[in-house]
Amino acid sequence: MKFSVLAVGMAVDPQVLDPGSTAWMLTASALVLLMTPGLAFFYGGLVRMKSVLNIMMMSFGAMGVVAVVWALWGYGLAFGPDALGGFVGDPFTNFGLSGLTTSIGTKAAGLPDMIFVGFQATFAIITVALISGAVAERVRFGPWLLFAALWVTLVYAPIAHWVWGGGLFGPTGIIGSKISALDFAGGTVVHMNAGIAGLMLAVVLGKRLGFMKDPNIRPHNLPFVMLGAGLLWFGWFGFNAGSELAADATAALAWTNTLLATSAALLGWLLVERLRDGHATSLGAASGAVAGLVAVTPACGFIDPVGAILIGAIAGVVCALAVGLKFKIGLDDSLDVVAVHFVGGLWGTLALGFFALPSAKTEGGLFYGGGLAQFWPQILTALIVTAWSAAMTTLIGFAIHKSIGMRVSEADELSGIDVTEHAETAYELLMVGGSFHPGDPHARTDAAVAHAQTEGPAEAQTQAEGEAARGRVSS
Amino acid sequence: MKLVTAIVRPERVDAVSAALERSGVNGLTVSQASGYGRQRGHTEVYRGAEYSSDLLPKVRLEVLVNEDALGAVMAAIEEGGRTGRFGDGKIWIIDVRDAVRVRTGERGASAIA
Repeated sequence: MKFSVLAVGMAVDPQVLDPGSTAWMLTASALVLLMTPGLAFFYGGLVRMKSVLNIMMMSFGAMGVVAVVWALWGYGLAFGPDALGGFVGDPFTNFGLSGLTTSIGTKAAGLPDMIFVGFQATFAIITVALISGAVAERVRFGPWLLFAALWVTLVYAPIAHWVWGGGLFGPTGIIGSKISALDFAGGTVVHMNAGIAGLMLAVVLGKRLGFMKDPNIRPHNLPFVMLGAGLLWFGWFGFNAGSELAADATAALAWTNTLLATSAALLGWLLVERLRDGHATSLGAASGAVAGLVAVTPACGFIDPVGAILIGAIAGVVCALAVGLKFKIGLDDSLDVVAVHFVGGLWGTLALGFFALPSAKTEGGLFYGGGLAQFWPQILTALIVTAWSAAMTTLIGFAIHKSIGMRVSEADELSGIDVTEHAETAYELLMVGGSFHPGDPHARTDAAVAHAQTEGPAEAQTQAEGEAARGRVSS
Repeated sequence: MKLVTAIVRPERVDAVSAALERSGVNGLTVSQASGYGRQRGHTEVYRGAEYSSDLLPKVRLEVLVNEDALGAVMAAIEEGGRTGRFGDGKIWIIDVRDAVRVRTGERGASAIA
């Protein structure tokens, strides 16, 4: 009877592998990783046809950079032993994940440390990827990768350490020993953090050419957006229910609350649209679902199903109303990262002050007999996370933008960032013309120049060179 | 020889094409077009922001005909394209100086017969 040790009330050695929970966390981590390609589709459908590959590459680029940084020093900064008074973890103890390859139960009872590392890596990846939506269609790819590495090091890892790594907000931390905020799966660490970072980066980089003037700046592929929203929702079950770090009843509660809040938010957003604009849109359904997922993230393991429905419905309404704000202040948060992730994350974080069920961690929210005792810690944590992320993101953004430059040229932005940054186009709409030189990208330019010279006029040469540089010759 | 160009609703193309076939036309060029007339454009809403588009999707048909077939061709396009609402499109006719059938090198009226 191998599993009898798990009987209620009996002490379980956290160093003994829990096969059920380990199996779930292996699965949950893969689910969370799938959210980032899902986000790439969600964002990809929202941009113009000429930018879809670039915005998807910003997500895939984050998958590349952040995972490697995470293994080398990011995990240590976030979850290593306290350094600098709990401000960050010590990145040297487990640099390159040394010492963690076979250990069990250091961070979560019964789980191999490597799956905790992997699970947390997928969170860091999607948090960075989320930011890209605020600055879509105008960022150079190389500087974006540099931003991703610096941001996960200086912003994400410290905040993750405060909230989840036993740092400032932990039970023994400077702040956490006095007040205890709740964040089940990352309303502050992931969503408010990414939302405010997106806002500040959009301020640093400025708006797209034609913002609020060009009617062509609108979503080019709504089925992509729906596909992305579906993948995000699917992956989010790993994100939220996985954050219990065990296969147990709380994970199941988080799962069902993740379903209910999302469904209610979808309806809430559509209701606003139907009343205000006259139509319930597919984009509204997709956006409402994401808003609900965001809002329930900090709350999912601490609330009951009716609480989840209310939190979700309000999130759908509030975020639907918030998306118009950017036009009032003229800020090009291109894909509404602020309105959905910052506002949704803030609402979910604050909502715990009203809807939290009484438990070992809290006396409960206002509606469950705890008064406002849980509300103030929620606000304070939200403010501190927001302030740190805003300040550091601005600093990193300015440093990169003023040194190597973070924006593409105006000409490149107009002609399309996919071709100029990646030498690819997503769709071939005119199936004629062009030339093909297998294996040698330089032959293209040489051939075009030679071709133009035989025809004589300098004008033709310039034109041919330009076309060759764009990778297609068509007429 | 005349070039008949017609702008019609995309959803009427099959009806026009069938009517043309009944009228004996044996060649037709179709291309996508966008534009506006008295129907004007339409409005789309994305996350609460309104985008009004002046241009609606239309289809452009081009048929080369000899004078004897002209009346039948125009009648066929009218019959197939008409819904009676704004946006049914236009038909216009241009004189064509010459034509060549690329395969055989035939010129003039026999090239488009």
